[in-house]
This record gives sequence, structure tokens and C-alpha cells, in this order.
Amino acid sequence: MGRTLTQIAAVTAMNLRSLPQRKWTSLATVVAIALVTGVLLAFLAMANGFQATVAGTGSNDVVIALRKGSESEINSTLMREQVLLLQEAPGLAKAADGKPLLSPELYVIVDGIKKSSGLKANLPLRGLGPLANEVRQGIRIVSGRMFQPGTNELVVGRSVSKQFRGFELGAKMRLASQNWVVVGEFDAGGNVFESEIWADVSVLQGLYQRGSTVQTVRARMNDPASLEKIRAFSEADPRLKLDIKAEKEFYSGQSRNIGDLILYLGWPLAIAMSFGALAGALNTMFASVDARAREIATLRAIGFRGTPAFIGTMIESIILAGIGGVVGSLGTYLLFDGISAATLGSNFTQVVFSLKLSWSLVLQGLILSLVIGFAGGVFPAWRAARMPLLAAFKEQ
Amino acid sequence: MSEPLIVLKAVTKRYTRGKQSVPIFERLDMSIPTQDFVAVMGPSGSGKTTLLNLLGGIDKPSGGEIVFDKKRMDNLDESKLAAFRAGNVGFIFQFYNLMPMLTAAQNVELPLLLTKLGPKARSERVKTALEIVGLSDRARHKPSELSGGQQQRVAIARAIVSDPKLLLCDEPTGDLDRETAGEILSMLQTLNRDLGKTIVMVTHDPEAARYAKRTLHLDKGHFSEKDLAA
Repeated sequence: MGRTLTQIAAVTAMNLRSLPQRKWTSLATVVAIALVTGVLLAFLAMANGFQATVAGTGSNDVVIALRKGSESEINSTLMREQVLLLQEAPGLAKAADGKPLLSPELYVIVDGIKKSSGLKANLPLRGLGPLANEVRQGIRIVSGRMFQPGTNELVVGRSVSKQFRGFELGAKMRLASQNWVVVGEFDAGGNVFESEIWADVSVLQGLYQRGSTVQTVRARMNDPASLEKIRAFSEADPRLKLDIKAEKEFYSGQSRNIGDLILYLGWPLAIAMSFGALAGALNTMFASVDARAREIATLRAIGFRGTPAFIGTMIESIILAGIGGVVGSLGTYLLFDGISAATLGSNFTQVVFSLKLSWSLVLQGLILSLVIGFAGGVFPAWRAARMPLLAAFKEQ
Repeated sequence: MSEPLIVLKAVTKRYTRGKQSVPIFERLDMSIPTQDFVAVMGPSGSGKTTLLNLLGGIDKPSGGEIVFDKKRMDNLDESKLAAFRAGNVGFIFQFYNLMPMLTAAQNVELPLLLTKLGPKARSERVKTALEIVGLSDRARHKPSELSGGQQQRVAIARAIVSDPKLLLCDEPTGDLDRETAGEILSMLQTLNRDLGKTIVMVTHDPEAARYAKRTLHLDKGHFSEKDLAA
């Protein structure tokens, strides 16, 4: 066993030391595998970043009510009567004056122009009720001030002002044939709300001819356990017909759909590219074995067995692939980690998020690269192990 | 005459080309005594290298027996043949077949990696082998930094480092100038005379064959013998 390991170590060391003689083909393989790993990790980082942004949105202390069966806010409609009934639900936190902390909200889509591409994209314009600030926590005005109720004033999330033109503090614009002014910018800890524009709900109801309807109601609960009481209250009253969810649960569901979609795009693309890289790895390793045919046959003639030749070739292939995997991971980290991207969320509006690479994703990328290295090494290694010893006697 | 080291009994070797079976040897008999130095000559395609491969356990006969040191070796499996080669045979090739990425000392050490020797003992053996071939001062040089003659001397050191009984040489001077060839052949003579190595050398060159104790002429699958004093 010890001698076999010594033989394997010697053959592997020889293979690796002779790499400079095959530097271009080896480099091509490393680059191909690095690209595959890089593409996969970029998609995974995108899905991860999106999920972290969306799933990080919302609170377990906030309940969201939507029309029964509407998966997203954009599809929901609630009548004024339902909002009033909901105010009577048990378990809702109360303001100092005894009113429940509840915010009826409208959710409409407006156009924005992306700074990066100059293209139009959908932006969510949310109308908030007067108590919205007390319902939501963790929202901080970082410049300017909150909008005045009853006015055409807007506050915008940081991602909106960063990614879209014309939303800086003091900017004027026309929405729904009206003039608006941005009076503040808010931070929401990097979650989905930062991709939104906020205004007074009653102003938006008028401008968008929604009458007294809203799309959702958010309310602060006494505690997360109150959710079941509110749900039971809603189920018991046939006039309500609502989907009652904790805000956190609502956004988790939203993140899963789009996050999964990105994943389902990323893996097949990476696997398709893997076949190209695999062909490159096979080519390189066959070339490597052929270039060393005389050396391998000489070692076999001296008394080395086939196993060290097989394992030595496998190790060479796996090391090349591993280098490709590390280069791809490092490249993705340097090029993509932390950069902002925007994609359509469940409400057909842009969600701005940061690509986020994690160690578990890097591990997935490295595993893929090693699988390519393994698959690309098996057949050449088999050829090396079966190399006819007569090759040692061939003319150069 | 010494005890025979190798005996070939009615050895047949055929190669298959497509549907054709091409005979190389038909019932070849041969005996090589211990400490013999045999040159094998013959026209191209006469089977000289095939004979060397059979003697070295690199190729297997189609029929007959090959006995090495009183033990049959033609029926060994690949794994046992590898062990046989490692323990009993040193190969010297026409084009040296050194590992270009290894130093002279590392090349010489290769056969010792198949033994139970530790690093220190291996290093001593390598040093001795390089001293025998007169290349102690080139131990750290890579093959590309050595002349053809020096490379062949490294190959000889590699062949003798594990102290095999048999040295098989395939045109060992075929790639060298006359003067260097003479040095290499003299070295083989010394190994045969002083260290008692049995040597079988395939060559085209009658001058090289003169260094052997006897020359066998191989033609159409049969031997004719000439004894030549060096």
C-alpha cells in the first residue's frame, strides 16, 4: 500500500511538473471550467441575492390582508367595508388614541428609466395610510422628510434613486397627469421596500380613480401569535374573504418563485456549458496522456503498475479543474459579488437587489468543476493505465 | 558454462494484423547463461525488439515457455510481470527515455520507488549508481542539460540502481556518435565483467556487437551464433 502511494505520488508529481510543456491546452481547460463555474455562480449569486432581499422583507409582527386567492398585491382589491371590518379584528396593536395600527395601501405601477441601460422599467408606487410609519418598523428617512398627507409628495427608496433617473431629492415629475416632487429618501435595510416609491394613499385613490378601494391592508399585531386570531376572525366573517398572512411569510413565498426561476435558468445553462468544458478537459487530458505515452510506458516497463498511471492522470485532471473552479469563483466574487441588479418581482415591478455569493454557493461551483475534472479524466486515465508498454520502444 | 538465467523453449510469437496472423518466431529455442553478454543482430523486422520484449516481460509469447532463473514467467499476469520487471530487469533504451521534468538523480531513483527502501537508503543507492556511471557531478541536472552520452549514462544508472540480474539494451548507442558509443559499450562491458550483470543487447551495429561476448544473428525467426571476443 505504502509503495503504491509512493508510486502514485511520483507519477502525479511528474504529471504536474510536466504541465508547463502543455501550458496552452491546460490553460484552455482551466479557462473553460472557470467560465462554467463563473456563470453558474453568477446565477446562484443572483438567486441568492434576490431571495435574501425579498425574504428579508417584512416582519412577523405585521399582518397583511389580501383578497382571497390573489397571490400578489397587484392582483388584490379590498373594499372600504372590508377595511373597516378588519379594524375590529382581535390581536391588532393599538395607537395611543386606541385606533388599531393599520395601513390600507394601494399598489400601482409607474414607469422609471434605468440609469444603467436607459430603458423603461416598472416601478411600484405605493399609497400608504396615515399610520403606515407605525405599522412598519425599520424604515428610516435618510435625506429630506416624509411626504405630507393630502399632497403630491413622494418619498423614494434608496435603490430607486440609485438605479433610476430623476428620483433624486427635490426632483419633479409627472405621474398620472399630475406634478409630483420627491421630498425624501428612505432606507429599509436593503429589502424590497427600498425599490418602492411611496405617497399618500388617499391622493393616489383619487388620481388613479380607485374610489375608496385599496389593494392590501397591513396592520401591526400585538405579537406573532395574534395571526391565528386574525385569520379566524376573517374566516368567520363571510364578508371578508381574505388571505391573512404574516408579512414575512408573504415575502418568503414571493422570493421562492422568482428565486427558483433564476435557479432553474442557471443550472441548465451551467450544465449545458459543462459539456463544452468537459470536451475541453477530455481533449486536454488525452493530449496530456498521448504526449507522455513514452514516459508512461517507460515507467510501466520499469515496473510501475497501471493504477498509479490511472490515479496520477485523474489527479492531474481534477487539479486542473479545481484551479478552474477556484479561478471561476474568485472571478465571480470580484466581478459580481455585491453589485446591484434589478429584476421583475412577483408584482411585475422591479426589485433591486445585490448579487450575493456565499461559501455554500462557492462549494456548489467547486463541486461542479471537480465533477467536470473527474469526468474529463476518467477515459484518458484509463488509456494511460492501459498504455501498451511497447510505446517505450517506439521511435521519437 | 554458468547456469542458464533465461531459457526459451519452443517460443512462438505471432501478431495479428486485421484478419492476418503474422508469425515472428516459430518454436524458437534459446538459452542465456548468467553473466553472459549477448548481442542480438539481424535485419529490420527480424524480431530483435520483440525478443527483448519477451525477455523483459513486456510482451507475452503466443506459445512455448520462457523460464527466468528457473521460474516460468510467460504465464504471469500483468501485475506479477510488473513485479518481475521491477525486481529482475533493467532497461536501457535507444532514446534514453528519461523523464524530462526530473533531475538525473530523480530519474535514477524511479525504480527504487518500487522497493521497500526508505528515502535515505534510496539516496545512497542513487549516489552509488551515479558514481558507477561517472556522473556524480550531474546529479541535479535535468536531461535537457546533459549530452546524449550523459543521458544514456543516467539511463544505465537507472537500469542498475535496483541491482537487477538482467540488463536489456535496445540499440543503446543508436543515437550516439562513435566515440560516445564506445564509452557506453565499455561501461556495459564493465557492468558485465565486474558486477556480473547478464546483458542482452539488440543492435544493428557490428562494431557495437564486438563488445559482447557473443553475437546471435536473428533472421526469419531463427538464430545463428557467432562468438566474438571484445
